[in-house]
Amino acid sequence: MIPTPATQSAAPAPASRGKLAGIIAASSVGTLIEWYDFYIFGSLAQVISTKFFPSGNATVALLSTLATFAAGFVVRPFGALVFGRLGDMVGRKHTFLLTLVLMGLSTFLIGCVPGYETIGVAAPILVLVLRLLQGLALGGEYGGAATYVAEHAPAHRRGFWTSWIQTTATAGLFVSLGVIVTVKSLLDADAFNEWGWRIPFWISILMVALSIVIRMRMHESPLFAKAKAEGKVSVNPLKESFGNRYNFKFVLLALFGATMGQGVVWYTGQFYALSFIQTTLSIEVGQASRLIMWALVFATPFFVFFGWLSDRIGRKWIMLAGMGLAVLCYRPIYSAMYSAGSLDGRVQVDYPGAAAPGVLPAAVMEADRSSPGDSLRTVRFTRRYVDGTQAAITTVYALRNGQQKELHATKAVILDEGSFWKLVGLVFLQVLFVTMVYGPIAAFLVELFPTRIRYTSMSLPYHIGNGIFGGLMPTVALFLSTKAVAANEAAQKAGTALPYEQPYLEGLWYPILLAAVSFVVGALYLSGKDRRVDD
Amino acid sequence: MNSLKRYLGLVWMALAALAGWYLLISQALPKFSSPLPEDRIPALIYAFILTPLIVGGLGLFGWYAWKREYDTE
Repeated sequence: MIPTPATQSAAPAPASRGKLAGIIAASSVGTLIEWYDFYIFGSLAQVISTKFFPSGNATVALLSTLATFAAGFVVRPFGALVFGRLGDMVGRKHTFLLTLVLMGLSTFLIGCVPGYETIGVAAPILVLVLRLLQGLALGGEYGGAATYVAEHAPAHRRGFWTSWIQTTATAGLFVSLGVIVTVKSLLDADAFNEWGWRIPFWISILMVALSIVIRMRMHESPLFAKAKAEGKVSVNPLKESFGNRYNFKFVLLALFGATMGQGVVWYTGQFYALSFIQTTLSIEVGQASRLIMWALVFATPFFVFFGWLSDRIGRKWIMLAGMGLAVLCYRPIYSAMYSAGSLDGRVQVDYPGAAAPGVLPAAVMEADRSSPGDSLRTVRFTRRYVDGTQAAITTVYALRNGQQKELHATKAVILDEGSFWKLVGLVFLQVLFVTMVYGPIAAFLVELFPTRIRYTSMSLPYHIGNGIFGGLMPTVALFLSTKAVAANEAAQKAGTALPYEQPYLEGLWYPILLAAVSFVVGALYLSGKDRRVDD
Repeated sequence: MNSLKRYLGLVWMALAALAGWYLLISQALPKFSSPLPEDRIPALIYAFILTPLIVGGLGLFGWYAWKREYDTE
C-alpha cells in the first residue's frame, strides 16, 4: 500500500478516556469468557473424568489424565505461534475474534459429547481434541487482547489500562466457580452428576455470541493500522521473531526473566492453593470454592492497583518483588494453611455412647448403605469438633465370605468460621503476589517488542511461562508431595527416621526454584526502561 | 555489571545441564518402566516438555549472556 502523508506522521494519538474504557470493556469481556471456558473444564474435571474416562482401562485413564491436567496448557504456545503470526499479518481485531469463536465452539461441544458408555473410546478422544482446540484458542487470545489495549493506551497510563485485561483471568476463574456453585444449588446432586454438569459448557455459547457482537464493532489497533498503511507489516513474523538473533534473545529474556516466574507464582496462588485445600486438607468442594472466591474478590482490585503503580515507579521491580515474596513466603504460608485446615489438635465432641470421642453412636450414624447380598458396604459417619468443624467420612468395604476389607475412605471437612477466614487470608496473600507479578506484565511484554512482530513475540514467552511452567505446576507439585508422603510411609513401615518433616510442602520446591531463577535473571538482565510501543 | 551478567551466563548453562541431568536421567528414565500411569505421566512431562525447554532455553540464554548479547551500553 502506498503510504499517505497522514500515515507517515508520528504515532497515532491515543484514544480518549471514554473510548478507551469502551475498548477495555469489549476486549476484557471476550478475554474473560475465554478464561471462563478454559477453567470450566478444570473446575469440572472430577465429573468429566467419570463421564468420559472410566477407570479400569489403563490407556483411557492415561488419556484422561493428560487431557485433564496437561494437554490444554501444553498446546497454548502453539496457539500463540499460529494466532500470533496471523495477528501480526492480518490484524489484531480479526485474529482475536477468530480465537473467541474457536474457544466458544470447543467449549459448547465439550458439553455435547456423549459419554463413554454411549460412544466408547471416541468420547475421550473427542474431548481431548476439543480441549486442544481450547488451548490453541487461549494461546492466541491473550496476546491479541493485551496488544490491542496497549496500542490504544497513552504511554503514561499503559500499565493501568492493560491491568484490566489482567483481571480477566482471575475473574474468569471466579465466574466459572460461581456458575458451577449456582447450577449445583439449583439441581440435586444426582441430576448435576447425570447431566447438569453440561450446563456451564452450554452457557459459554451465549456469552461468546454476546462478546462477538461487541467485538465486531471494534476498530483495528491504530498502531497496527498505521504499520499496515505504511506497508511495514511483517511478512514472516515467526522468522523475524525467532529466526532473528537480536529479537530472539529478548524472547528468552522475557521467558526466563519474567513469565516463567510469573507463571509459577500465578498457578501456585490460584490453582495449587485450591488443589492443596481440596486434596491435602480434604476441605469439602463447596467450602473450598467459596474460600477461593472470597480470596479472589479481595485481591482482584490489586491487579489494577499494581498496573497503575507500574506507570509511576516502573514495572520491573513490582513484578520481581512479587516473585521474591513468593520465594520467601510460600513454605511458611502453606505450613500455616496446613495448621489452619488440618484436623490435628482439634477437640472432638464427646457423644454419650460413642465408640470413640467425636464419633456419633451407631444409632445416629448417617447411613450404613448396604443390604444383604451386596458385595460392597458403604459406611458414612460424621466426626464433629468442639469449634464447629465437621468431617464427613465415607468408607467403602468389599464383602467376601462374611469378611470385610476396606477398599477406600474419603473425607470431606467443613471448617469452622475462624479457620475458614484464616485460610481465606492465606490464599489472599498468595493472590496478592499474583497481582504483583501479573498486573504489570502485559504492558511490560508489549513494550519489549516492536509493533510488526509484537503479537507473535510476546505471546510465545507468555504462554510457555504460563501454559507450560505455570500450567504444569499443580501436576508436578502434586507428584513431588505424593512421593514425599510415600517415602515417609515407607520409612514408617521400616521403622527408620522419616525423610521429610512436612511432606505436603515438598511440591512447593518447583515454584520456589523457578521463581528464584526468574528473580535473579530479571533483576540483572531486564532494563525495564523501554516504554515505547510505536517502534 | 556487564561482567557479572557475562559470567552468570556460565552459571545458567551449568544450571541447564544440571536440570537436564536431574529431570531426564534421575527422574524421567527410571519411571518410564513403571506400570503406573501416575509415574509415567511425570516422566513424560519431565522428558518431553520441561527438559527441552530448560536445557535448550536456559542453555541458550546462558550462551547469549556469555557472548555479551545482554550487555548494556
